[in-house]
Amino acid sequence: MFSNTETGVVIFGMAVVTYLTRASGFYLVSRVKVSGKLEAFLNAIPGTVLVSLVAPVVLADGPAESIASLAVVLTAWKSRNLPLAMVVGIVTVWVLRRFIG
Amino acid sequence: MLKTTSLLHIICNSSRISYTKGMERDFEFSPKGLADGFIKSWPIAVGVFTYGLVFGLLSSDAGLSLFDAVAMCVIVFAGAAQLIAMGIWIHPLPIWTIIFTTLAINLRYVLEGAALEPHFRGLKKWQSYLTLFFMNDESWALSLSRFKRGAKDKAFMLGSGLAVLVAWTSSTVVGQIWLAGVADSSKWGLDFALTAVFLSMLVSMWRGKSDIAPCIVAGIVAVAAERLLPGTWYILLGALAGACTTLFGRRKKHV
Repeated sequence: MFSNTETGVVIFGMAVVTYLTRASGFYLVSRVKVSGKLEAFLNAIPGTVLVSLVAPVVLADGPAESIASLAVVLTAWKSRNLPLAMVVGIVTVWVLRRFIG
Repeated sequence: MLKTTSLLHIICNSSRISYTKGMERDFEFSPKGLADGFIKSWPIAVGVFTYGLVFGLLSSDAGLSLFDAVAMCVIVFAGAAQLIAMGIWIHPLPIWTIIFTTLAINLRYVLEGAALEPHFRGLKKWQSYLTLFFMNDESWALSLSRFKRGAKDKAFMLGSGLAVLVAWTSSTVVGQIWLAGVADSSKWGLDFALTAVFLSMLVSMWRGKSDIAPCIVAGIVAVAAERLLPGTWYILLGALAGACTTLFGRRKKHV
C-alpha cells in the first residue's frame, strides 16, 4: 500500500485532475467556443509554471547554478535532447561547485 | 514535448477534415488496430523509457516507495507533471500546490483532446473515454498523424498509449531499484537534475516572442514570493502572474 495516507491522497488527486484535463477538451470541443484571450492564458500556463519552479534556483542559489542553467538551456536548444541536457547540467554544476562553491 | 503552436495548427486542420468527411462509417476499433498501435510505438517507448529512469531516481530521492511510484505511473500517467511533483514533494506535502501544478502542467491535454475529438466521432463512449485515459503527448502525435492520413482503426491510439504506459512504468521500477541511492545527490550535482529537466522542457515548449513577457513576470514574482512567503506559494503566484500578462497589453499577434 501507499507509504502513508497523505501520499495516497495526493496521488489520487493528481490522477483525478489529470483525467479531467484529458477528457474535458474532448468533451467540450463541440459545445463551447474558447475565446482567444482564454486560449492565450491557458497556453501560457505550462511555461510560467516551469519558470516559477526553476527561477529561485536559477537566479538566486549562486553562480554555479546560474551558469549550469545557461549550459542546460544552450544544450537543450541546440540538441533538443532532454537526457543530454540534464547530464550537461549535472556535470557543470558538479564541476563549478568544486571551484566556486 | 510538442509546441503549442503546432497543437493549434493541428486542431484547426483536424476540425476541417471532420466536417468534410460526412456520415459514412469510416472507422473501426479492433484488437488488430490496438496491437498495431502497441508495436509501432516502440520508438516513442524507448524515448519515454529514458524519462522513466529519471523519474525512478527522483521519486526515490523524494521518498516515494516503489509502490507509490508505480501507482503514480499507472493512475496519473503524466510524465512532466510527475517529474515536477517530485520537486515539491516535501513532507508535510503541499497537497493543493501539487494538485494545482499537476493541473496546470496537464492543461495541454485539454487542447490535445479537443484536437482528437473530430477523429473519434462515431466511436462508442467507452472507447473514446478509455483511450483518453492513456493519451500522452507522444501517442497523441503519432496517432493523430495517422488519423489525418486516413487511418481507420482508432484503437491504434489505445495500443500506443498502453505501450507508453508499459515503458514509463517499467523504467520507473528500474530507476527506483538500480539508480536510487547511488550516492549523496548534492555531492554529485544530482540535486540539479530536476532543474535541468524543467529548463529543457521549457526550451522545448518555447513558442517565441509571445512567451517572453509571461516568463519574465513569472520569474520575478516567483523569486520574490519564494523569499517572502512560506511553502510553495511562489509556484502558483508566479505561474498565474505570468499568465495574466497575456490578458493585458497589446493585441496578440499570431499565437
